[in-house]
Amino acid sequence: MTVGSYILGIVSAGLILVVVVELLRRRHLRERHAIWWFIAGLLALVAGVFPATLEWAADLVGIEVPINLVFFVSIAILFLVCLQHSSELTQLEAKTRTLAERSAILEIRVLELEKRSAVRGNDD
Amino acid sequence: MSSRLGSTLIVMPAFNEEASVGDVIREVFAKMPGVGVLVVDDGSSDDTTRVARAAGARVATLPFNLGVGGAMRTGFRYAIENGYDNVVQIDSDGQHDPSSVPALLAELDSADLVLGARFAGEGGYVVRGPRWWAMKSLAVILSRTSRATLTDATSGYRASGPRAVALFAEHYPAEYLGDTIEALVIASRSGLRIKQVAVSMRPRAGGIPSHNPFRSAAYLGRAAMALVFAFTRPPSTYRVGGSA
Repeated sequence: MTVGSYILGIVSAGLILVVVVELLRRRHLRERHAIWWFIAGLLALVAGVFPATLEWAADLVGIEVPINLVFFVSIAILFLVCLQHSSELTQLEAKTRTLAERSAILEIRVLELEKRSAVRGNDD
Repeated sequence: MSSRLGSTLIVMPAFNEEASVGDVIREVFAKMPGVGVLVVDDGSSDDTTRVARAAGARVATLPFNLGVGGAMRTGFRYAIENGYDNVVQIDSDGQHDPSSVPALLAELDSADLVLGARFAGEGGYVVRGPRWWAMKSLAVILSRTSRATLTDATSGYRASGPRAVALFAEHYPAEYLGDTIEALVIASRSGLRIKQVAVSMRPRAGGIPSHNPFRSAAYLGRAAMALVFAFTRPPSTYRVGGSA
């Protein structure tokens, strides 16, 4: 490993963390969505600063080439985040559906009330 | 009988049906004077809402298309909030003959959900090929689940009694085919009594039924999936009132 690639690893991991924290700070990201990205950033930082931990972890689960562990964990995290998004999208659609139904029913009431108050106004 | 008609709401989901919805509403009023009619305009881009209002129906206009399931749940919710006991679903394309409504309602004495079936002898509705096999096998499976003889499980012509209205106002499925297949499954899994009555169907005013084999295969697959998920869904997802 060259000094360049060592620094690149640390800087990219740090960048991920800075962006996630900044989005959280500005309320552009809710905690439950940020948590996976935060974990990913932390793991990348640890592996970046102490490459030995990566080799140790790869050895522990029996992966011969440590970089494959990086790929495996990255894909797993991306997959889970995607799944979480699909599930939240479904919940949002259900909520939108309920809102649309409510608004349609309320619209009928508004029209009926308007008609009734118009009749009353003519009586005066 | 007439008292039941007074507490019945006819719900007509309508998606771009300006050509036919007016006539259907007038026919309903002519055959059943005094019945409540709610047209649910399912995000139409045409004049459905205006035409239906002009014909004398109340119209719930959904801001965007939700599919038949979403439109019907709006109808069930409206029925509950406005004190209707029964809901009858009628297509707004003129395919369902409103003269059969009293026959459907009469069966609510001994059932919670009554289906108007197309293949039960009356009328001249014909379907062939894979779509027919799909409908046939669905009918067999759903008959077994609901302990009733159902020959036409995907019929959209149905009457719901008070228990069914309460269930569907909360849990009418919005998924494709959910409004027909899954609604039947959750109704029978909730212990509702289901019955079938023969009704005559008229040819559709517009559009032609699909006989494309790929479409039919897709229909078969989606129907099977809807069925599997309907049966494996945890009961908590269709419980009424949170506690019961």
